[in-house]
Amino acid sequence: MRATVLVRPKKGILDPQGQAVESSLRQLGFPVGEARVGRVIDLDVEAATADEARSEIERMCERLLANPLIESYEIEVER
Amino acid sequence: MSEVAPRVAVVIFPGSNDDRDAAWALSALGAEPILLWHGEEELPPVDAVVLPGGFSYGDYLRCGAIARFSPAMHAVTAFAADGGLVLGICNGFQILCEAGLLPGVLRPNASLEFVCADVAIRVERTDTAFTTRCEEGQELVIPVKHGEGCYHAPDDMADDQIAFRYAPGANPNGSERDIAGVLNRAGNVLGLMPHPEHAVDPLLGSGDGALVLASLVDAARERLYARA
Repeated sequence: MRATVLVRPKKGILDPQGQAVESSLRQLGFPVGEARVGRVIDLDVEAATADEARSEIERMCERLLANPLIESYEIEVER
Repeated sequence: MSEVAPRVAVVIFPGSNDDRDAAWALSALGAEPILLWHGEEELPPVDAVVLPGGFSYGDYLRCGAIARFSPAMHAVTAFAADGGLVLGICNGFQILCEAGLLPGVLRPNASLEFVCADVAIRVERTDTAFTTRCEEGQELVIPVKHGEGCYHAPDDMADDQIAFRYAPGANPNGSERDIAGVLNRAGNVLGLMPHPEHAVDPLLGSGDGALVLASLVDAARERLYARA
């Protein structure tokens, strides 16, 4: 089963990479507001159901893929 | 009469690059360093452990996030839980944070630039195993060299867990509260971004790092005598 994990810096956490992207976009003439930069992890998981895949990936996020102190995550499982 | 040399393990991860400097410095300060590959599941009989600087696993995912699961880290965690002395320098500090042995986390420098410079840090605690040779409020000049040293503290971290702060105006990476080094609650685990092992001989610019490492060697020797 294919799944995608989106890992983002939590609100209020300094994101210098996002700030650099934001100011570059503004210099290029794109009037953007705040930009934040996270990470995408595409996964193949062995699971019978989407729910099973999701709970397995949650465990992966808690143990390795995200640091809960500074990052939030979102899981998308393809049907 | 020369004093007995305490044994200090220096763990080598794939991508560590300051292990030999740490071993050299410990040896120069009277300890017997033991280089230990990260794949080892048990520690040899040692009186302290040093996790050296470098770029374990290429800093992939988050710095220290992958090294924390190495077999040797399970042993280091048990050693620390038993009250054993553990010092993490730079990448070693990052690994200790990811492993949960120290509070907080280290993030990319606020400048997004790699910083390599001698910096002044202030000693906040002199009553720890790592700082007995320092004086309260003493300023030490010790080099930093890192891209991810911006310390983020959890809300509940007590002020007395801060062992070192960057001197006013000297914060090289945007760390919160100018934090350069932190202790666990029990005080037997220390992590810091500056590299004391690169500052043990004044010929190379500063000998101040020797105060930190010699304090550790003193404390390790006391453990050795207590064990004997």
